[in-house]
Amino acid sequence: MLDRAQVLHVARLARLHLDDAEVERMADELSKVLDHVERIGELELSDVPPTSHVVDIAGVMRPDEPVECLPREVILAAAPEPVDGGFGVPSPGPAE
Amino acid sequence: MSELIELSAAEAAAKVRAREIDPAELFDAYRDRAAADRLNAFTWVADSAPDSEPSAEAPLAGVPLAVKDLFCTEGVPSQAGSRILEGYLPPYTATVVSKLLSAGAPLLGKTNQDEFAMGSSNENSAFGPVLNPWDRGRVPGGSSGGSAAAVAAGLAPWAIGTDTGGSIRQPAALCGIVGLKPTYGACSRYGMIAFASSLDQAGPLTRDVTDAALLFSQMVGRDHRDSTSLAFPGPTELPRAEDLRGISLGVPEELVTGAQDGTGIEPGVRESFEATLRIAEGLGASVHPCRLPHAPHALSAYYLIAPAEASANLARFDGVRYGLRIDGDADLETMYSHTRAAGFGPEVKRRIMLGTYALSSGYYDAYYGTALKVRTKISEDFRTAFADFDFVVTPTSPWTAFELGAKTDDPLAMYLNDFCTVPMPLAGIPAISIPSGLSDGLPVGFQLAGPAFSEGKLLDAAYALERAIGFDGSEVRR
Repeated sequence: MLDRAQVLHVARLARLHLDDAEVERMADELSKVLDHVERIGELELSDVPPTSHVVDIAGVMRPDEPVECLPREVILAAAPEPVDGGFGVPSPGPAE
Repeated sequence: MSELIELSAAEAAAKVRAREIDPAELFDAYRDRAAADRLNAFTWVADSAPDSEPSAEAPLAGVPLAVKDLFCTEGVPSQAGSRILEGYLPPYTATVVSKLLSAGAPLLGKTNQDEFAMGSSNENSAFGPVLNPWDRGRVPGGSSGGSAAAVAAGLAPWAIGTDTGGSIRQPAALCGIVGLKPTYGACSRYGMIAFASSLDQAGPLTRDVTDAALLFSQMVGRDHRDSTSLAFPGPTELPRAEDLRGISLGVPEELVTGAQDGTGIEPGVRESFEATLRIAEGLGASVHPCRLPHAPHALSAYYLIAPAEASANLARFDGVRYGLRIDGDADLETMYSHTRAAGFGPEVKRRIMLGTYALSSGYYDAYYGTALKVRTKISEDFRTAFADFDFVVTPTSPWTAFELGAKTDDPLAMYLNDFCTVPMPLAGIPAISIPSGLSDGLPVGFQLAGPAFSEGKLLDAAYALERAIGFDGSEVRR
């Protein structure tokens, strides 16, 4: 069962602001889902390797050769705040 | 005009190539229907066909294509059903879309979907739910619900969607059409707005199996922009099997008879499934029970792995490079968290939270790490089954289309929709859903799954079955 503090901790990790009602609902809904998914803990899996890729492939490296990329102004056209040829962001605030 | 709509996509392509129909007339016929859409299946419809006439040799010669919103299309809104990407115009086009456009299929429109492909009912779209053409009070399934509804209602000759845990097959089943989820890596993921990268695959949603094979044949191939894509082995020919002689079908006890946690298959769905097994036997197939011992745990593994990957993939929506920005005058972290709070819908928030929790320090091994081990066991189960059987078959969805709002208050009940469709993407194997009949006037889907890269054989078997079943979906195209 997730409590309020855990929900707020996870929300902070996810950079997701939740209002009070959302925190309550999230604690309840996530707990129900976790109760269900936790049953995989009952399986004996100690010698089982985790899946890293579903299809057997190896050696996907390619030569690192420079190629044309999209022009800067095309990329910046979608940005909320282009500044001097870069992405504008608010200040992270004073150092803690 | 209605005669044009009644042609399958493959038939229309053949007639365009033979110069029996004019591709511009074909495009307009569908464009008018898509523009008059009352199902909310489209989020954008093209004003006109591209200027250049398709070449007569083009394999998809002039047959218009509907594309799920989450495929990036240059200069055309690509919003993944999300408020956070409202109005986003990508500067490039997804590889599979480029391939299909080059093969002669003009872009007809973008189709509605659950936000970031997270959902099984299309009720999680920021742009409103899609209605099922068989009963407008019911859901079309999801997440590729717009693509499925558009094809079923004859608003598009064919469409592409994506499948992560069933998002092509389940809406295809609920709308009475064909949906193919290819082998992981068969189609490039470049330009697909990512949900769960180890599971996501693009695939066709079509009126019949031949159309699925034709569209699929033009989607596959290695793409240097997606290092997980693979050269598709062998030719992708149109299906022509007349029977199923020599084919063995395994019916997994765990998925078909395993009626736990409310996953029990509806009686009407079961009846249609059993009837299809008899038809398969009539065509010469052998049908026997098989075992997938870990399949009951697939849903749990899926609902840890997919949200975990989603929580990482969706970190990119932070109000910096594209999309929505809220409280840009506040400090950086407030801007991030307020932008994401305003831009994401409730289901996406739920999955980000679930995924972040499953990956967080102290819980990683118990949740995400364990889920990856279950994934290994599920792949092994399929390998064992395919030693004895050509295909594993199940109903695609335990239920037919349910009423709008029926499951929105209970996330877990909604997730159970995917009970029969999540094991295959976890194993990376292909699976197809074809309509097997109606139950109380609503379509039922029959699913066949085969080993990696068995699409050719899978489409052949589905084709033979389709002909013997004789499902007629024409009533909802009127």
